[in-house]
Amino acid sequence: MSEFMMFSLVPLAVAVIISMTCALLGNFLVLRRQSLIGDAISHVALPGIVVSFLLTGVLSSSAMMLGAGVSALVTVVMIELIRRLGRVEASAAMGVVFTSLFALGVLLLEWHGASGVHLDVEHALYGNLESLIWFDGTGPAALFDPVALADLPPQLGRAAWVGLLVVAMLVVLRRHLVLGSFDPEFAASVSARPALVDLLLVTLVAIAAIAAFEAVGSIIVIAMFICPAAAARLMTNRLGRQIAWSQLFAVLSAVLGYLLAGHAPGWLGFEASVSAAGMIASVAGLILLAACLAGPRRRRTGAATSV
Amino acid sequence: MPDDARLDKAILASPLAIHGLTVSYDHRPVVHSVDFVTPPGSMSAIIGPNGAGKSSLLKAALGITRRLTGDVRVFGRPYAQMTRHVAYVPQRNSVDWDFPARVIDVVVMGLFRDLRWWQFGGRGQRRRAMQALTRVGMEAFAERQIGQLSGGQQQRVFLARALVQEADLTILDEPFAGVDAATETAIVEVLKSLRDEGRTLLCVHHDLATVRDYFDHVLLLNVRRIAAGPVDQAFTEANLQATYGGRLSSVQLARLVEPALAAREH
Repeated sequence: MSEFMMFSLVPLAVAVIISMTCALLGNFLVLRRQSLIGDAISHVALPGIVVSFLLTGVLSSSAMMLGAGVSALVTVVMIELIRRLGRVEASAAMGVVFTSLFALGVLLLEWHGASGVHLDVEHALYGNLESLIWFDGTGPAALFDPVALADLPPQLGRAAWVGLLVVAMLVVLRRHLVLGSFDPEFAASVSARPALVDLLLVTLVAIAAIAAFEAVGSIIVIAMFICPAAAARLMTNRLGRQIAWSQLFAVLSAVLGYLLAGHAPGWLGFEASVSAAGMIASVAGLILLAACLAGPRRRRTGAATSV
Repeated sequence: MPDDARLDKAILASPLAIHGLTVSYDHRPVVHSVDFVTPPGSMSAIIGPNGAGKSSLLKAALGITRRLTGDVRVFGRPYAQMTRHVAYVPQRNSVDWDFPARVIDVVVMGLFRDLRWWQFGGRGQRRRAMQALTRVGMEAFAERQIGQLSGGQQQRVFLARALVQEADLTILDEPFAGVDAATETAIVEVLKSLRDEGRTLLCVHHDLATVRDYFDHVLLLNVRRIAAGPVDQAFTEANLQATYGGRLSSVQLARLVEPALAAREH
């Protein structure tokens, strides 16, 4: 029990909170056909973090987050610019921007690789979920001990705040978001400010992606923006139920993925465990696959009826 | 200046008065300095060939897309203050009908402005939405997923969403595009009943053959305003020729305009 609390409780909680947060936003990204924006923002966090490290010389969380935030902003502006000047689709512009910025981040990392700081591409992809150890979490009593609670890894608190922020914003903006996602022209005609809501959604996605990036790496973020929501869409034709399904799938992916990463290699006779982030993302992908094969609403309803 | 005074009066009474509206994409004007005063209580059509800027004119007037220049007034006041008086029905194909929503959910969207963010739409909203659905003959489909509807049914749902807004002016972008004949008749009946209540209708319309039957006023548009006025006066062979260039044959034109000649002879 104490072993679970010390080594597994915090990683599991962080994985669940971040998965649920990203999946919640993912519902709207999937409905707006904007899933790629989550992918783009979590990729460009890397160059942002590297540049902030090169400028400050230290690996502090606040500097990293600031760097990632600035790079997210630069990305959104670049995507808009390329879309307008090049007159190409948004997804094409996103693809160009985030791949080149991510490549730039990798190059910058390699040039400064000799500095021996714990900052590398694998870290960026997989995060460090397993290293979120709660040293004071020696037993159930620690949950009520202020001293032990103060020792909780800061990533947990950060994930919780971001999760609360996202839920609060979505509750306030729910009608704006639904209307702007379904019919932006009508939304504009009833002063629902679809462009502003678009911007807020992208900002929330950036905040969630960046907060999640450090703790769990970009793989989980990308997977959670897409897989649970896409799978949930195949389960129901009602938006409220879709959101509920996406949350269930997110929790399932996080818990199953974390447990499988620790134990599945053992069942197969291997000593080591595998990356929890990678396994969580894989489970999310498998859930999506299952929904594609067996989900009750897997046919596009529009295709079912002929005109 | 009796003419100016008369125009001012018309603008004050008009649910949508457009002055000098210009819209451009890529430095090319798609709508050029258009004036149009929608007569109150009328059923007006905007007609013109593809690419004439019919939809662009309306979207720019409603602030959905950006306009280069121009002034838009609703009952003489700036449009931004008066958006509640206007209901807009976009082209049916402009939205994704695979969106996870039921018919009733879409109609309730028309009541967007009646609720603050902490309120939940209750039975009252549902009742109003059902009344609107009944008026367009879609009450039996309230719980249906929108992706299961035919084109004509989709258009009726969009009309119901505009009905719940109870606006003085309803603007429809090609409401008859891709709908069956029964739906077209049903929609025209609803629009005429709205006009009989004293409300104003403004439609982008494609089918020249029905202009006379459905509308009392018309704006002929091809980037610029070619002509506007009561159908009897503005819907003429010369104006149609100017609007459509060489794209209408003389036989087509004669058939369209003939009723007017016949009416004048009597």
